[in-house]
Amino acid sequence: MAVADSPVVEVAEETAPVREAGLWADAWRQLRRNPLFVGPAVLIALFAVMAVAPGLFTRTDPRACDLSHSLLRPSVHHWFGYDLQGCDYYARVVYGARVSMTIGLTTVVGTALISVVLGTLAGFYGGVVDTLIARVTDVWFALPTFLGAIVVLAVLGGNGLAQLTLVLVLFGWPTMTRLMRSSVLSVRDMEYVTAARALGAGDVRLMTRHVLPNALAPVIVYGAIRVGIVIAAEATLSYLGLGLQLPAISWGLMIATAQPRLLSAPHLLLFPGLFLSVTVLAFILLGDALRDAFDPRLR
Amino acid sequence: MTRFVVRRLLQVVPVFFGATFLIFALVYAVPGDPIDALAGDRPVAPAVRAELRHRYHLDDPLLVRYGKYLEGLAHGDFGTNFRGRPVSDILKQRFPVTIRLGLLAFAFEAVVGLAAGVLAGLRRRSLLDSLVLVSTTVVVAIPVFVLGYCAQLLLGVKLHWFPVVGIRQGWRSYFLPAMVLGSLSLCYVARLARASLVEAMRADYVRTARAKGLPERRVVAVHALRNSLIPVVTFLGVDLGSLMAGAIITEGIFNLPGIGQATFTAIHTQEYPTVVGIVTALVLIFVLANLLVDVLYAVLDPRIRYR
Repeated sequence: MAVADSPVVEVAEETAPVREAGLWADAWRQLRRNPLFVGPAVLIALFAVMAVAPGLFTRTDPRACDLSHSLLRPSVHHWFGYDLQGCDYYARVVYGARVSMTIGLTTVVGTALISVVLGTLAGFYGGVVDTLIARVTDVWFALPTFLGAIVVLAVLGGNGLAQLTLVLVLFGWPTMTRLMRSSVLSVRDMEYVTAARALGAGDVRLMTRHVLPNALAPVIVYGAIRVGIVIAAEATLSYLGLGLQLPAISWGLMIATAQPRLLSAPHLLLFPGLFLSVTVLAFILLGDALRDAFDPRLR
Repeated sequence: MTRFVVRRLLQVVPVFFGATFLIFALVYAVPGDPIDALAGDRPVAPAVRAELRHRYHLDDPLLVRYGKYLEGLAHGDFGTNFRGRPVSDILKQRFPVTIRLGLLAFAFEAVVGLAAGVLAGLRRRSLLDSLVLVSTTVVVAIPVFVLGYCAQLLLGVKLHWFPVVGIRQGWRSYFLPAMVLGSLSLCYVARLARASLVEAMRADYVRTARAKGLPERRVVAVHALRNSLIPVVTFLGVDLGSLMAGAIITEGIFNLPGIGQATFTAIHTQEYPTVVGIVTALVLIFVLANLLVDVLYAVLDPRIRYR
């Protein structure tokens, strides 16, 4: 295809600067102007920097605690107050971003890898492959997520980041695989795919060069939203006592330890809850903005 | 129609066996010896251990054990836990709490969600519409347990509108947990109803209905609303099962003695039969709810039957 395209492009370049008008370029042009994309994107970038280099946001060590400061309310010098152990709560909340961002991104990348491969195979080949994959996703679907996650975590016998990621991938891939499959199905019989096949393209080339780029948009949209869902799920599992354990620093854990002191020290719930919700919200809004940008019907 | 139902029923079978086997295999792969967990610190006499291992089929291969479990299940027997109490007893005691919670949450999300979605959809781009869109987005982003604490603190402790924890006050004590549990799905229902109503209002048949002079009320209620409700009904049906499963967190926050709590205790004390029993019951509910929705869907939309 690329060979056939190039002379046309060269001619166009001689007359006027060509305006690229593919799906991705169009989407990007629209996104740049959309405040509902730029806002969340800036927030996510901020949280990402916070995860990579928390030292830029606070000079206080989140583990340097002083019991004489236990449960002090927020003040001018210590905006978020202190927790039960007398640690600076602002520093702890800042350092908490690392767990959430890491688990959110790795889980979704892992889920997407599995889903894109399985979904493409199921949608492209149909038949036995499709049926087999569909039945397996059905079975996973029928399992209640949190109960299932509890059992799997008990089997794995550990509560580290790796185990949590694995569990969240395990219970996340069926939805995304179904989405990818239906998206591939809608692209598979397009004229340009038939044309490429007529030109002698093999299955692998058809899938990777022609079907995939045109079927990926819904998965990217869902993936962005899924990051938010996963971050909330990690916090929930940690809150239930099944996720990360102390002395790890995670928003879910902070909220769990805030529970018995809801009345006397509400700031312990407020700040990690706020950061958690804003992060999740940013990813959901990002997904919404991406969906609007990728859907030509809404332009 | 019969053919459709039969075909769907046949599809349910592998899902049920697959899901229950998966959980069965997983639960029995949990490290640790259940007899030791039962005995605590005291040593168990070899004869007692052998008898217990035999009684709970602990020495049989996995597939044989699963077969025996299914055999019991076919007779309505969920097995007994390691303390000798029938699992169905535990289910009978715990499920009513979770079902009450789930049904109330379901009613809340269906009524409020639909009302909000329909009103927003009818007055597109109005203040109410923006309010619904913004509030649903924000609520979706707040994890359930954060929302639960906030509701508990504000409506329970500060305003005294609802009991804070437990189920001592009958139905009243379920309102707050049900609102928290249903809030997430409520947002989806509202957004789904809004989107699908907006689309229906632009459809040709609505324009036709208007063109032939029908009053606006009838256009909306009979022509647009009825068609736009199909995806909402599907979502609600599927959600009934997930509500029961999601209740585990809400039950923890509000200290309700439902199946969520039972699962927790069972896992910590390695009471595998209880865990398997609860998950089996949940899978059954999920599968049956899905089946019901599919059949309902086929009744509502004849095109589906003949695919």
